[in-house]
Amino acid sequence: MLLHLYIAVAVAQVPTDLVAIRGGAYRPLYPADPEVPVVTVGPFRLESRPVTVGQYRAFVQAHPAWAPGKVPAVRADESYLSRWSSGATLADEQPVTEVSWFAARAYCAALGRRLPTEDEWELVARASTDAFDASADEAWLAEILAWYGRPSTDTLSWVGRGTPNRWGVHDMHGLVWEWVEDFNNTLVSADIREAGDDERSRFCGVGAVSAQDVKDYANFMRVAWRSALEGRTTTRNLGFRCAADEEGP
Amino acid sequence: MRNIIGLLTLSLHFGCQGTVRAAHDEAETPTSYTALEVAGGAMGDPVGSPIHAVLTSPPEVPPAVDRTTPAKVVVELEVVEKVMPISEGVDYTFWTFGGTVPGSFIRIRQGDTVEFHLQNHPDNKMPHNIDLHAVTGPGGGAASSFTAPGNQSQFSFQALNPGLFVYHCATAPVGMHIANGMYGLILVEPPEGLAPVDREYYVMQGDWYTVGKYREKGLQPFDMQKGIEENATYVLFNGSEGALVGDNALQAKVGEHIRLFVGNGGPNLVSSFHLIGEIFDKVHFEGGSLVQEQVQTTLIPAGGAAIVEFTVEAPGTYVLVDHSIFRAFNKGAVGMLKVEGPDAKGVYSGKEVDAVYLADKAAPAAPIAEASQATAAGTLSLAQQVDAGKALFQGTCSTCHQPDGKGLGDVFPPLAESDFLMADVERSIGVVLNGLSGPIEVNGRRFDSVMPPMSQLNDDEVAHILTYVRNSFGNKGDAVSPEQVARVRATTERPQGAAH
Repeated sequence: MLLHLYIAVAVAQVPTDLVAIRGGAYRPLYPADPEVPVVTVGPFRLESRPVTVGQYRAFVQAHPAWAPGKVPAVRADESYLSRWSSGATLADEQPVTEVSWFAARAYCAALGRRLPTEDEWELVARASTDAFDASADEAWLAEILAWYGRPSTDTLSWVGRGTPNRWGVHDMHGLVWEWVEDFNNTLVSADIREAGDDERSRFCGVGAVSAQDVKDYANFMRVAWRSALEGRTTTRNLGFRCAADEEGP
Repeated sequence: MRNIIGLLTLSLHFGCQGTVRAAHDEAETPTSYTALEVAGGAMGDPVGSPIHAVLTSPPEVPPAVDRTTPAKVVVELEVVEKVMPISEGVDYTFWTFGGTVPGSFIRIRQGDTVEFHLQNHPDNKMPHNIDLHAVTGPGGGAASSFTAPGNQSQFSFQALNPGLFVYHCATAPVGMHIANGMYGLILVEPPEGLAPVDREYYVMQGDWYTVGKYREKGLQPFDMQKGIEENATYVLFNGSEGALVGDNALQAKVGEHIRLFVGNGGPNLVSSFHLIGEIFDKVHFEGGSLVQEQVQTTLIPAGGAAIVEFTVEAPGTYVLVDHSIFRAFNKGAVGMLKVEGPDAKGVYSGKEVDAVYLADKAAPAAPIAEASQATAAGTLSLAQQVDAGKALFQGTCSTCHQPDGKGLGDVFPPLAESDFLMADVERSIGVVLNGLSGPIEVNGRRFDSVMPPMSQLNDDEVAHILTYVRNSFGNKGDAVSPEQVARVRATTERPQGAAH
């Protein structure tokens, strides 16, 4: 409905609270440098929930350049916010989806924030409700995998509904996929694709060999998912949340 | 050579445009063009306007190619993630090419240039791609078709080699995408086409890994660990236990010549493909150009296919199985071909003699006949049932449970003074009818064995046997009536043909 966009009372962009993450070490599925299998993530802060429809609507009102139909095709594909005008019922408290990487970055920048890096996101995503690193908890991994295995035909539930993870962060799994700043770091981006073959062969031919844990299917799915994206891509189950440096607004 | 490339890219593909150069360079040897030379004139530029490929859902096959020149063929295939039954009362979230498992059948001609469009439905959760074994080129199309939900990709290839080829999703983790049903067949006809037949069908085997046990009800998620261990829960033709049985059985008439396009999606298991009661006149084994004749069972590798041809001479139901036979019996690898038409007694007589044969367990069959007469007259007594049951028991049951009903070691549980037997008569009927596997406790002892279903016994015979054992070996119970047996049989239906 256009109602959502143009008749709603203008409200200020209300930022989600930031949770302090003290950082830590983790083993990425595809370390950037195979000689360094463990990556250390410094302290940062992460929004406790994915950005909601209501929050994003306020952003669009303040920044009309990001309204549906106004965004150039290089920055968002044609399904950008397509359900806002399709008559679909969207609650303010649902996570916003159908947003491109460019749009997500612009939203965070408007708050003086940024997207989390893949390492930051993955570090927090390793926490179950009671452990900071649950990556060896097979039952927990199976739960995540089960969510990946289901198509997104149901209405998305509201953000922040379940129990937060050990960091106090909600919805890292089971609600929407999320953008990260360097989503395309595990494959070669379109820009460097033609440049040289060394990077490519690392990920195409020898991929299974260099992976850290070929049994962590949930992690594979996230890497595969991010690899399928371009900065302009929008989908019905891809949202985001913002991060901030340790010291900042 | 192409297969080497396929394997390497299959191992893990994230959709990058890269290639495994060493393998690719090897493919540039002159010998790889043999198919082109043999084809002579098959190749060349597409002639005429582009054609939209007719795609069919299994078990149907698109019509034969009716062209003498290569064409540009447009194929549009949509990836759909959807919940469908995998068995009765059991649902599974299938990932499909075209909404079915196996995916839509594609039929083209050698030399055709295919413009391939892969569409990933917006409701899907996962990115997908497609590797067609008919493609000559890195990744078999996988690199060029990697597509996020709500997006579509396009690439083109020329079909250089004729044959029956598998296509599948090659997105990491590849095993899970294939295990969820992402495979199908593409037929590349040679320029001269295939010999005309009366009927063609499309059948594809796959193995399935669910968290719940075989036939455990409800929506069953994929079980990654079982997949890695190659411990299949189901082995199925066309993606569901009911896909090719009952009303869904393949149909034919006596005298018709049949061609089956049979693929094996895997992801893990190799198929010993067999059609009970038929001999394949011809098999294009591995989907290639060579033909083997007079074949009983043909091996179809995971990621491979075969074209089998035969003529049906006699009416009746012919059962497709994976002759790795526990898969047929316990994991669902059963399909049916129903052939209608006049009897052909010269080819197959049907049953000519039906008599009890008890060999060295010989017991007088008289009590069984007496019980039958009493049942017909409505005067059946407990004693008559016990006598008839004893005769039947000695022929059917005593090998394992022993003539004295005391069982054998830790393998075959006792019926004598058995708490398990006496606790629940309907359960006991069910065990005889449907078999029993897995752990049970009898008189405080644990048994973990397998009893096959005694599906050859009719309701009267089951009732007599159970009446006998429940009134022998120290047991004391009521008579079991054929009606009780019929009721249990009606509530625990097993698919026809599973008793092969």
